[in-house]
Amino acid sequence: MHAAVITFPGSNCDRDLAVAFEAAGARVTRVWHKDTDLPEGVDVVGIPGGFSFGDYLRCGAIAANSPICRAVVAHANRGGYVLGICNGFQVLTETRLLPGALMRNAGLKFICRSVDLTVATTQSDFTALYQQGQSLRIPVAHHDGNYTAGPELVAQLRDEDRIAFTYGAPVNGSVADIAGVLSENRRVLGMMPHPERASDESHGSTDGRQIFAALTGALTAA
Amino acid sequence: MKARVHVMLKNGVLDPQGEAVRHALGTLGFDGVKGVRQGKVIELDLDETDPEAARANVTRMCETLLANTVIESYNVEIG
Repeated sequence: MHAAVITFPGSNCDRDLAVAFEAAGARVTRVWHKDTDLPEGVDVVGIPGGFSFGDYLRCGAIAANSPICRAVVAHANRGGYVLGICNGFQVLTETRLLPGALMRNAGLKFICRSVDLTVATTQSDFTALYQQGQSLRIPVAHHDGNYTAGPELVAQLRDEDRIAFTYGAPVNGSVADIAGVLSENRRVLGMMPHPERASDESHGSTDGRQIFAALTGALTAA
Repeated sequence: MKARVHVMLKNGVLDPQGEAVRHALGTLGFDGVKGVRQGKVIELDLDETDPEAARANVTRMCETLLANTVIESYNVEIG
């Protein structure tokens, strides 16, 4: 399985994301935001956490219009896999590959702590190794993680089983406590919590590891 | 030619920052503030000299980058 991890100016979880993919057995190529093409044969694109372009204008907005993101959108539209974590999730909503938007946390504070997450669906190549309803311990670190969607969109996401993770208790004001959502074809996942920071014994939790293992397993077998 | 873009959260989208400002005003003794909505003003200096062309161009900028139309509305002033 070949993963590409993108680095924008201000990304700060790109290396951790690459390490998590490699630990799961993936081959990783690091890609710079000014590149116009993804490497040949990439199966999954990882969009890391951080503060791309200093969060200027809106979190993820400038990154979403960068040259590499055009290639990422084309990759997703061809049925390619994309995993966006934290700022990566914000980038994915800004590109409209995922619906809704991520607004300032309801409490206005930057939140940096481990939270309880609930696996809301196992019907995806990201979450297939979890149990439905399983509780995970994974850190969040964000100022703008308040997932915002109208009631119609929330109902649609529920009907289509596209809510991947929910918070065990309210964290940031997200509607329906949504922490991660899937695209219609279930191959694009955006999530605010950081599974790459819970994927090694030394992290204190390895609950995030199965996302990378599931992806690598699914895409290596294919 | 100058253009000015106002970007605001759409009606119905909760504005936590505006709410915090409203609370702060109350704490400072400014009574009677029923609501505060916070937005952005973006000023652009354009080469374009035709107002209609400028408006069309800035509108495209808003749709592409300046506003997230999922949650924000925008208004373009030319000149």
